[in-house]
Amino acid sequence: MPILELKGVCKGYGHGAQRSEVLRNLDLQLERGELVAVVGFSGAGKTTLVSMIAGLTTPDSGSISFEGKAVRGPGPERAVVFQSYSLLPWLSVRQNVKLAVDQVFAHWTPARRLAHTEHHIALVGLSAARDKKPAELSGGMRQRVAVARALAMEPELLLLDEPLSALDALTRATLQDELARICQVSGKTILLITNDVDEAILLADRIVPLDAGPAAKLGPSLSVDIERPRDRKALNHDPRFKRLRAQVIDYLLESGRKRKQRLCAPKPIEMSPSPEPAR
Amino acid sequence: MQEKNFGQRAFDNVVLPMLGVGMVIVLWAIVSATLAPALPGPWKTWQVSKLYVLSPFDKRGELDQGILRFTWYSLVRVAKGYSLALLIGTPLGLLLGMSQAFTRSFDPIIQILRPVSPLAWLPLGLVLFQKPEPAGIFTIAMCSMWPTVLNTALGVRSIPQDYINVARVLQLSRSKRLLKITLPAALPYMFTGFRLSLGIAWLVIVAAEMLTGAPGVGGFLWQEYNSLIYEHLILCIATIGIVGFVLDRLMSLVENKLKVA
Ligand SMILES: Nc1ncnc2c1ncn2[C@@H]1O[C@H](COP(=O)(O)OP(=O)(O)OP(=O)(O)O)[C@@H](O)[C@H]1O
Ligand SMILES: [Mg+2]
Repeated sequence: MPILELKGVCKGYGHGAQRSEVLRNLDLQLERGELVAVVGFSGAGKTTLVSMIAGLTTPDSGSISFEGKAVRGPGPERAVVFQSYSLLPWLSVRQNVKLAVDQVFAHWTPARRLAHTEHHIALVGLSAARDKKPAELSGGMRQRVAVARALAMEPELLLLDEPLSALDALTRATLQDELARICQVSGKTILLITNDVDEAILLADRIVPLDAGPAAKLGPSLSVDIERPRDRKALNHDPRFKRLRAQVIDYLLESGRKRKQRLCAPKPIEMSPSPEPAR
Repeated sequence: MQEKNFGQRAFDNVVLPMLGVGMVIVLWAIVSATLAPALPGPWKTWQVSKLYVLSPFDKRGELDQGILRFTWYSLVRVAKGYSLALLIGTPLGLLLGMSQAFTRSFDPIIQILRPVSPLAWLPLGLVLFQKPEPAGIFTIAMCSMWPTVLNTALGVRSIPQDYINVARVLQLSRSKRLLKITLPAALPYMFTGFRLSLGIAWLVIVAAEMLTGAPGVGGFLWQEYNSLIYEHLILCIATIGIVGFVLDRLMSLVENKLKVA
């Protein structure tokens, strides 16, 4: 049984003429322990997808089930690393992580909770900065705090919403390697949202492209049959990498082109609400 | 921006403000000598007020005390009314910020009560409490509460969705969410409200003391008006202004600390 299953999920925002359909008819399954990357354009609806799986918003139609049960709301078993990190600025690194630990493991002794907190801060290499406030950290460090907070919750499913997209290319490469290491150590089920195809291939077991919006659909799933640990330098010359990369990019570009045609074509008169946002 | 050297900074921050004060005093002297003979001039004001300023804590009689002693009485009164305002205003603001239904129900009332002058509240206070002291405190509270209420509500309403999402994923209980997310996130706004409230509380003190004849800067001012010692009016006005300014500065210090944090 898949740990996460989406069936015919649709989501749009607004009402009446203002309505815009964002995601249409998504089907997705995640097996336990799998790392799946969803790659898509900016604005395609990736964050919307994550919010629905996290239970922060509800789909308009279709169903999302987690461990066989319908998702009714958010919960710590589906931890999210938000695109904006969402650290609480008045708390230090340690306090940010500890807030989550205290909540999820309320039945533990205080000493054990503290040790658990410290362990996860060390895991992302931030022990030296544990008493700093988020404002005193670099973007990459904030991102790592957010990952530490999510991992410390020991979730069944980890949702990573473009965790590295706000970083420069060099920091990004370093953190990708680190993320690869952490993912392998934790062995968790992870849904990674990204706009970077290379990142997806480096980290994921399987890649699912998301069309360009509006009314984006998920494309065919492509499995990444490259053994781990993956070395980014060697990867660049690997024919499997090149083929996969071309496949994903072609698919996405094709969907973007189709979308343009769709938007420019004269619209047929129809009685049902149009999927395009009204101008 | 170019870094200014020490001499220039001293000129900007000390010499120029002094120059401004000096110019106003000269203008005051000219006006009192020519246009408004009833207005005591600067030198006369200083002569008559000297005793009150140079021995500011003396007590020679109930309504004849050093200016800082009067100020102290007023500050204590303001502190009581202000504390009451915060005690009522903060929870009220939190409720308004958290509940739409509560806002719909009570916002109109608040908008109606907010502009009511202290001169209107005081008689009601006297009717309610029969004594001038609690009536004054009641008036201060009723007038100074609103910025705290409105800014606290605004602070709660403008908590970023991100923080709320964190609370939801963690499934924080209502009380924990209030303590760990809502209050810290709204605190900078709340302090803006606290600062504005303190300003109003201090503004109201004169009216409250004038009408009740309580000892304090405002009571002193009113009494000296009745005794035709107009120099003291100016002394009181200057004192009220300076104290208000200092209070505001102190509150902004705390406020800015919170904003950085
Ligand atoms: N709360 C909302 N109300 C109305 N429209 C929304 C809302 N959230 C998202 N949208 C719209 O839905 C579409 C998808 O947004 P979403 O944030 O999911 O995109 P994304 O793929 O995460 O983009 P990015 O890569 O830039 O983060 C956008 O057109 C956006 O304008
Ligand atoms: Mg997004």
